[in-house]
Amino acid sequence: MLLDPAFLGSVPRFVVPVLLAALGGALCERAGVFNIALEGFVLVGAFAAVAGSWWAQSAGVGVLFACLGGMGMGLLFAEFSVRRGGDAIVVSVALNLLAIGLTTFLLRALFGVSGAFRDPRITGLGTVDLPLLDAVPLVGPPLAALLSGQSPLLWVALALTLLLPFALARHRYGLRLRAAGEAPQALRTGGVSVRRLRTAALLGCGALCGLAGAQLSISNVNLFVENMSAGRGWIAVVAVLLTRGRPLPLFGVAVLFGTADSLSVRIQGLGLPQQATDALPYLATLAALIVASVWRRRHAAAGA
Amino acid sequence: MTAAVVVRALRRAAGVTVPLALLAWLLIALAGAPPGEAIDAFLRGAFGGRRHAYLLSTLSRAGLIVGMAMAAWLSFRAGLFNIGGEGQLVLGGLAAAVVAVHAPGPAPLVMAWAVLAAMAAGACWAMLAGALELAAGVPLLIGSLLLNYPASFFASWVVGHPLRDLASGLPQTDLIVNERWLPNFPGTRLDIGVAVIAIVTIAVIAYGATTTHGLRARLNGLSPAFARASGFPVRRLALQTLAGSGALAGLVGALAVLGLHHRYSDGMLVQPLYAWTGIVAVLLVALVPWAVPLAGFFFAALATGAAGMERTAEVPREIALILQAAIILFVAGYTARSVPGARDDGDAH
Repeated sequence: MLLDPAFLGSVPRFVVPVLLAALGGALCERAGVFNIALEGFVLVGAFAAVAGSWWAQSAGVGVLFACLGGMGMGLLFAEFSVRRGGDAIVVSVALNLLAIGLTTFLLRALFGVSGAFRDPRITGLGTVDLPLLDAVPLVGPPLAALLSGQSPLLWVALALTLLLPFALARHRYGLRLRAAGEAPQALRTGGVSVRRLRTAALLGCGALCGLAGAQLSISNVNLFVENMSAGRGWIAVVAVLLTRGRPLPLFGVAVLFGTADSLSVRIQGLGLPQQATDALPYLATLAALIVASVWRRRHAAAGA
Repeated sequence: MTAAVVVRALRRAAGVTVPLALLAWLLIALAGAPPGEAIDAFLRGAFGGRRHAYLLSTLSRAGLIVGMAMAAWLSFRAGLFNIGGEGQLVLGGLAAAVVAVHAPGPAPLVMAWAVLAAMAAGACWAMLAGALELAAGVPLLIGSLLLNYPASFFASWVVGHPLRDLASGLPQTDLIVNERWLPNFPGTRLDIGVAVIAIVTIAVIAYGATTTHGLRARLNGLSPAFARASGFPVRRLALQTLAGSGALAGLVGALAVLGLHHRYSDGMLVQPLYAWTGIVAVLLVALVPWAVPLAGFFFAALATGAAGMERTAEVPREIALILQAAIILFVAGYTARSVPGARDDGDAH
């Protein structure tokens, strides 16, 4: 059942939103911004993607709007937390509420619908097909089922996952970003504005969360539903906390959560009630948190 | 109070109200409603109505919000960021409905059982989040939040399958029989739940201000190291505080079921965002307990007023949520440092 092409093909659809949002969260985490508003960022991104795609009848514009929407949220976070010094948790709670309110308000005010918005004008993101992969013996067909016919955002997410470790380790801005998180005093002594770096991290996070939202609303489906991020942003927060924002472990955790998510859809066919399978990703997330902490404690004990 | 303090307070108030008024005006314009009519509809929706019907519904909502706010206050002041009030509220409401619909016996006894069951359910769910932090190292902030989802899904399953009201076909429990409803204030349609909340609020404030347990919990929030060094039983303190917080959330669920809705239907405690509104009400007043009811009433009026605006001026009611979030954002810079346990990111400016 696990190698069933339909199941394999569904995994990236669930992994990509969590991975993109978690990469954004990692930027914040490494820059020393405690951002637990990813849920709201993703929701705004999902709405903006649909709005942009509907307005221009183009998925590209949708993606652009999604990025801008997420960045707008990032800018709000920067203004109220980084610049005005509001507590990050308080600002996050407010921004998550703002996202629910704003998307639902605009859904009614702009499109005159409530609940779900579907329209033929909403153009979905296309897919990237890999026709040659199928011809590879043995590993070809399952890999093709997994990777072929997926949204271009999968490739963006994968590229960023590979790029980010290098940027953080080698590039000047990556180093500064980490310094903003680990030794802000030193950075300030070096004449670099911590605030500006953190604002940049929040903007980057917003753009990535916007992409995550676009994956949810104009790739996985072609519509916007109220509160459609449905906890994915929170799962991304957990992924960031678990890995302390290191991109490669983050990828592993995102794949784990995404697989749990698609598995939960899959086992609905086995006669379990839908609510039980809906709860599965959250329970899997909790289980992962518990396992990680027990593992960490063991290692700390062994090291001491 | 010197003149400088007054001037600063006024400037801060202006710094919050002017952008908010602009935002409200912008949103109303966006919805295509004439501002005068919208404001009129807002005020009528929050405080007016025939025989003050809307004012009473504002009060009723305020009661639930203040209850959730005090539940959040109990844990926040102890440095416990329990943002799982929603799950505790939902399980409390569900437990109360199940007992009130199905338990045999005389009405007062069943109602007492329903309330106790609700408080126990809320307390257990909150303590589970606490146990996850203490025993398994899952941060309370995240653990309590993640537990919201299974609680909601579980409640949704219970009223969708085993205990569904088959006659209506909707995902909800059967209606509670009439004798087991909370009575209304004489001559009104307002149930006495709001009075219960008022009494509980006073009791909770008194607990915080006068009891040893309340003092220790607060000290633990302000300085965990001090609490430990003083030999307080910090783990037990944390679990007990969480139990109290969860029990209060459960009680709010019971009052909503026995007084307002007379059944539990899927989403009825989640959709109005009672728990989150309670949390932001507490954050708005920076954990000053006597101001919590004011903040709760204010947010309740905002919500019912917005509902009124939706009815007559066709401005979507979510305007209330947006304004609420904006208020918190503008105030956050001033209140941040008074929240114990809030993460210090080591960078001033």
